[in-house]
Formats: sequence, C-alpha cells, structure tokens
Amino acid sequence: MKQKTLFIASAVVLLAAFVVGVWVYNIQQADRTAEVVKRNPQALTRLHSPTLGNADAKVHIVEFLDPACGTCAQFSPFVKDLMAANPGRIRLTVRYAPLHQGSEQVVKVLEAARKQGKFWQALEALFATQRQWVRNHVAHAQLAWNSLAGLGLDLDRVRADMNAPEVTRIVEQDIADTRTLNVTQTPEFFVNGRAMPSFGAEQLKDLVDEEIAKGYR
Amino acid sequence: MTEIRIDPPAHAAWTLVFASWLVAAVATLGALFFGEVMKVPTCSLCWYQRIFMFPLVFILPFGLFPFDAKVARAALPLAAVGWLIASWHVLLVAGVIPETATPCTQGVPCSETYIRWFGFVTIPLLAWLAFSFIIALLAAAHFKASKR
Repeated sequence: MKQKTLFIASAVVLLAAFVVGVWVYNIQQADRTAEVVKRNPQALTRLHSPTLGNADAKVHIVEFLDPACGTCAQFSPFVKDLMAANPGRIRLTVRYAPLHQGSEQVVKVLEAARKQGKFWQALEALFATQRQWVRNHVAHAQLAWNSLAGLGLDLDRVRADMNAPEVTRIVEQDIADTRTLNVTQTPEFFVNGRAMPSFGAEQLKDLVDEEIAKGYR
Repeated sequence: MTEIRIDPPAHAAWTLVFASWLVAAVATLGALFFGEVMKVPTCSLCWYQRIFMFPLVFILPFGLFPFDAKVARAALPLAAVGWLIASWHVLLVAGVIPETATPCTQGVPCSETYIRWFGFVTIPLLAWLAFSFIIALLAAAHFKASKR
C-alpha cells in the first residue's frame, strides 16, 4: 500500500514540477523579450515596413509573419477583425520572418507587388492559396504565380522588381531583426512593444484590449 | 498495520525498478520541456531516443504493481537500443563521428547543440545518462530478484 502511495505521490510531484516549470519559464521568457525590445527599439519597427491603419493610432501591432506559415494565414482575418472592431485605434506593421525553406523568395514577390500598391491583396491571395504553393513545409515561389493572377499586377515587373537590391536589403534587415528579437516562430505579435505571454488569439486580443484601455481611457 | 510482508530482496528490487521509472519519467518530462516549452528543435536522433524512452514510463509500472522483476525483460531491450542511439548522438556532438554518417538528411542537424550547461552537459548527454541509469537499475533489480 505504501508503495502505491509513493508511486502516485511521485507522479503528482513530477507533473506539478513540470507545470510550475512551464509557468516560470514563460514569465522569464516574456521578461527577457521585453528587455530585448527595450534595448533594440529600432529592431521592432523599420521605416521600410508595410503598414496598415491610422498612422496616429495609439495601439501599434507589429506582426512578424511568414507567407508560407499556416497559422499566419489563420490569424490574418483575426487581426483584421481586431482592427475593424477598433476603428482608427490600431496600426498594423508587417515584418518578415521567412522561417520556411523557400519563403524568402515569396517575401520578395510580396515586396515587388507592394511596389505596385498591391501588397495587402497579394498577401491575402497567397494566404488563401497556401496549399497550392507550400508543399511539405517548403515554399515554392514558382508555384505561387497562379495565386497572383487576377490582382491586376504586372507580373513581368514583379519578376524584375523582386530581385532589386532594395528588396533584398529589406528582407535581410527583417531577418536580422528576427534574430535580434529572438523571433523563432510565426506569427509573432508585439503590441506596443509587448509580446504575448503565451501564444494564442485570446492572448493577442487581451494584449490589444489592455493597450487600447491605456491609450484611450 | 496490515502491510503484506515482502522479503527484503524483493523489496530492494522493487525500489530499484521504481527508481528506474523515476529516471524515465524525469527524462520524458525533461524532453517534453525542452521540445514543447523551450522550443528546442528535435532532431531525428532525438526522436528515436524519445521512441525508446517514453514507453518506459508506461511499461515499468506494470512491474511495480504487483511487483514483477520480469518487467526488465520488456524494458531492458528498449533501454539498450535507446542507449546505443544516445551513445551515437553523444559521439556525433563531440565530433568523433562525422555528420555525414548520420541519418539526418533534412531539417535540424543532429550535431547542433542548443544547450550546454557547465560547458559540457548537452541534451544527448542527459539522455545517455538517463538510459545508462535505467539499464544499471533494471539490471540490479533483475539480479536482486533472481537471488531470492
């Protein structure tokens, strides 16, 4: 009987230690991220990044995304809903974290589409058709062209622009910033410089609500 | 007290099997912590070691309630294969075996180390220690129980 008690008590202690460990680790990690953002504010926002929404909004969401990331595609409408629910109060900036193999090329396509004023349309179209051009977690830019048909883009110009040196510079800067800010998974959101305590749509909404309450009381 | 009297060798053997279960449970939760919480990428060799470590957490209790030292017959082969893979991995990280001779073809290279405590404690080394302890404890339990 005592052996059974010992066994069950051990199992409970181990599981409890694990849960406490997760909790402590997440808190430490959030503190560390806040510290890194504080020390490198320029790594969070660059003037070259695509931005949506009111420039004077008091809540600024910086989203690190990868066009080949499925969760980023799922979060895209959620972020738009958040912005629609708080008109004029949220500004969104997109940064690139091309973590998937081949994603860098697709990011360059997006930047080239941006030169024709079609960044957000192109991003939405790529998200909607991910299944066609992401195979086994590898992004294939050459399969993504179909997704862009119908947006009214001059695709020849996109092909030329995507290899422009300034596009390369933007992508390289964004990748360097993901390293500085330790962005290892996408999407990663920073709301007025604050990271989510743990990943999830609810956590993002809570963070946005807190910042809105602070900015617009 | 209505405690059932267990003869001392069996009792000692039970404790040894229980200790091996503790090691397996700590190793399993540790691996999950590294992978799921700290997001350390899991390379293919790590996955194979997990395959041989995780089941021990569920198999070993069958030998504890009621006590049956024969559980070592099921658990030792698993631990032994896991130990071999962990040994290979430790040598790989140490640079004794070149990376090209490994089954890692895509994704995370197995020779990459993300954690190095005190300058030498890596995750593969922890796995190797865990498998070593489990083998030693189970072998001792088997020996104690057969001496009865």
